[in-house]
Amino acid sequence: MTDLVIIGGGPAGMSAAVAAYESGIRDILILERDENLGGILQQCIHNGFGLHKFGEELTGPEYAWRYEKKVRELGIPFKLNTMVLDITEDRVITATSSEEGVFQIQAKAIILAMGCRERSKGALNIAGTRPAGIYSAGTAQKYVNRKGYMPGKNVVILGSGDIGLIMARRMTLEGASVKAVCELMPYSGGLARNIEQCLHDFNIPLKLSTTVVEIHGKDRVTGVTIAAVDERRRPIPETREYIPCDTLLLSVGLIPENELSKSAGISLDRITGGAEVDQDRQTSVEGIFACGNVLHVHDLVDYVSEEAEIAGRSAAEYIKGAKPGDESVRITTDGKVRYTVPQRVTADKAVNVYFRVADVYKNVTIQVYRDGEPVYAKKKARVAPGEMETLRIGEDIIKGAKELKLGLEVSGQ
Amino acid sequence: MKRNLTCIVCPMGCSIEVELDGANVLSVTGNTCKRGAEYAKNECTNPKRTVTSTVRCENGEIISVKTDRAIPKDKMQECMKLINNARPCTPIAIGDIILSDVFGSNVVATQHSAAHNS
Amino acid sequence: MYDVAVIGAGVTGGMIARKLSSYNLTICLLEKENDVAMGATRANSAIVHAGFDAEEGTLKAKLNVKGSEMMKQVTDELGVKYKNNGSLVIGFNAEDRAVLEGLLERGRKNGVRDLRIIEKEELGRIEPNISKNVICALYAPTGAIVCPYDLAIAAIGNAMDNGVKLKLNFEVTGIKKTEEGYEISSGEEKISARYIVNAAGLYADAIAAMAGDTSLRIRPRRGEYILLDKECGGLVTHTIFRTPSKMGKGILVTPTVDGNLLTGPTSVDMEEKEDKATTPEGFARIIKEACENVDGIPFNKTITSFCGLRAVGNTGDFIINTPLEGFVNVAGIESPGLSASPAIAEYVAQLLEEQGLALSAKMDYDPYRKSMHAFREASIEEKNALIRKDRTYGKIVCRCEGVTEGEILEAIRTNPKPSDLDGVKRRTRAQMGRCQGGFCGPYIVELLARELGIPYDKVTKSGGDSYINIGETKEDR
Repeated sequence: MTDLVIIGGGPAGMSAAVAAYESGIRDILILERDENLGGILQQCIHNGFGLHKFGEELTGPEYAWRYEKKVRELGIPFKLNTMVLDITEDRVITATSSEEGVFQIQAKAIILAMGCRERSKGALNIAGTRPAGIYSAGTAQKYVNRKGYMPGKNVVILGSGDIGLIMARRMTLEGASVKAVCELMPYSGGLARNIEQCLHDFNIPLKLSTTVVEIHGKDRVTGVTIAAVDERRRPIPETREYIPCDTLLLSVGLIPENELSKSAGISLDRITGGAEVDQDRQTSVEGIFACGNVLHVHDLVDYVSEEAEIAGRSAAEYIKGAKPGDESVRITTDGKVRYTVPQRVTADKAVNVYFRVADVYKNVTIQVYRDGEPVYAKKKARVAPGEMETLRIGEDIIKGAKELKLGLEVSGQ
Repeated sequence: MKRNLTCIVCPMGCSIEVELDGANVLSVTGNTCKRGAEYAKNECTNPKRTVTSTVRCENGEIISVKTDRAIPKDKMQECMKLINNARPCTPIAIGDIILSDVFGSNVVATQHSAAHNS
Repeated sequence: MYDVAVIGAGVTGGMIARKLSSYNLTICLLEKENDVAMGATRANSAIVHAGFDAEEGTLKAKLNVKGSEMMKQVTDELGVKYKNNGSLVIGFNAEDRAVLEGLLERGRKNGVRDLRIIEKEELGRIEPNISKNVICALYAPTGAIVCPYDLAIAAIGNAMDNGVKLKLNFEVTGIKKTEEGYEISSGEEKISARYIVNAAGLYADAIAAMAGDTSLRIRPRRGEYILLDKECGGLVTHTIFRTPSKMGKGILVTPTVDGNLLTGPTSVDMEEKEDKATTPEGFARIIKEACENVDGIPFNKTITSFCGLRAVGNTGDFIINTPLEGFVNVAGIESPGLSASPAIAEYVAQLLEEQGLALSAKMDYDPYRKSMHAFREASIEEKNALIRKDRTYGKIVCRCEGVTEGEILEAIRTNPKPSDLDGVKRRTRAQMGRCQGGFCGPYIVELLARELGIPYDKVTKSGGDSYINIGETKEDR
């Protein structure tokens, strides 16, 4: 029996471990499938991490080290190269590693921190051939930043998520020529500052409302055909344009990796792709918590750490005997707000709600409704799907509420 | 003359308007913090960027690096050449200087080499 | 001098080579690609048809029913996954019902067992997600599914274990009749054989012509498919066909032996024998028709799409004949070629014997091949026994499909040996899951480079110039 098993030793898992330790739990075990702690941050060598958390600009590996150092100093045990194969509802974990073979652990509490994966080419049904030279942006990032190899030299990027933008700059600095970044939507899914410093700095065109409609090449990609799309996102044939290139990078979305959550019977949120949780990040299965990108995709690691600390502290309380509240107040959304995390509240205390919106809206009022009545409003000049928002809902609003709803009132487009 | 900028100091990405008279900055508007104003002024007079990259160590290992302060934006490619030619010896710890005095900055390791952890 | 040269290492050529390896013969299997199972075998519906489609008396009818009956044993011997899931041909109206009754009649004549027509109520019970517009179906309990490249790879591996010589990258460019048989050349390289079996798929006509038989015409027919995540494999348990019409057999929906859901194929006659591009029209047709057949297919769970080219002959039937002395054509092996392949192999052996080839059983012939799926399906105790022997079995490389380093290394070291990423994928399923190799690709490249003794950046996706990386970073470019 182990008090707390944390699945995943990336930023979420490490922050959760440290928070649980600081809340008095000592019997902790982190299971990490990779050969180092830090998760995906080890290949995110660009800067911009930690402004919120540490007040300085760190690179991904540096941010990861801040936490790894802490984990090592506190003597929190972790197993590397260890893959969890299965979790049951009663918190039995089956894992495997070369050193120990297949083994099982009974945990008092589990924190899920497995992160997310990239949407692959297959999901897009792009017509044409299937040559070498098509990578998700993160895979290319691994080749370049960790392995030291160049996946190609003439690059088109589909999708303007942050990893795509970051890789546009990275490939350029390594001597490749990035021909264009195409984005299906009329706006970018990436941060404005990444468009500035990753594309504008290098004169890389960002083509909005544009997609790749065909891939060419037999052995290796020889080019792609792109086309503008109409308002229903259908390609417009007259706008087809051939771009010669040897590489197509895809940055078309991240998906929380919840295969293990499913095996434990945890109910998932259809929109986030992650577990449905309460304010403590406890899932529908008692004693199993979730945080970080396995719960919902974050744009800043700082928020991952913050969320993981909540999960770590809550798991500690659970291990010490706290039970989840029986009364649960759902937080619903109006569609313009796509989702919230947490999705429900089980205690009468103030809660920070993370949420994302469905489209780019200007001059909005974020509204909180309590049992149908507007009770709180906050104005914002601009909101966008690519930027996660937070809102603090006070204890006075939550107390006695049957239902909470988050919505947007839009006065301009 | 007016210039519209997107601030890159933090993830908020504020839209900033700078009014210029030649090289003189007359006013900065749209920023929400002091660092934004600073960035906007610099961007119009002497734009700078932090360069992040990797070096290939003597033993073949790949280690991530950065310039420990921003360097002139137009020196990024030259800086990359220097980084590309470096072949530092391991072990390397985070913060170790890989190249010193590169356009007013040092290139430092942002990752430990494998040998460091064991 | 080989006794027999089999040209074409698809499932047909592979099964023939395996059959012949049970006799005291020297055999070589020639393949133009850098791996086996690279033609129609790589991309088809993966169905073992019951045998009611083909007209009575045709080779297709005879060999399909026989092959289908043999398939269980063959897959057991080869350690290949096979599932007798049964098939349903669904009808939407009275016209369809008439066609289904015709198929029932034809199936019975062909010798298909247990065929019957079932009505809406029974259908709804055994296949709850079938479209509510379906009124009846032809039910074939003997229908089954198998992975075609898995079968071909295993058959060829087993043939090699029994002495068959596989020559990859051997594109036949000339065939010359000699006193003792034939001289077959691939550029400068030459081999000779007393007999030739032409199982060259799309290029069977060109191969026959090189030997002097100009009677064959093989045309490619494009078939596009969409493959969905394992989450969706349980949507149907049977293979769901539409009632065939003038427009062809239509789009089927089937689980695969590995638990995915497969839909397709389109059917478009082509000129170009190498054009394996998918099309937006193809995707649209698959999605439309599949959704007419089965309710709630979650196409947003698509993991990949692909296109195969079927080799369509000029007679409407399989073309298995001996136009020249010591030369057997096995051509036009379109559907139900996979189902028929074990029976085709027997038939070809018989034709060769008629041509004067002496078939004497080899005493040490071993029909069994160790299953490559053993690890994944083993119990925890069995897994740990293996890991104690070889630690690499403890390390999961492909997290989506749960493939270990040990399995990948075993595949790289086992005949027929893969030399690229796609070859590893077909043998182990690593990179075949929902992330499509995004996470494990870079590590499998490392394993391949090490095992093949080549630089990291010389590893390819599928041979030729399909390099994964073009060089190291930090090089002057």
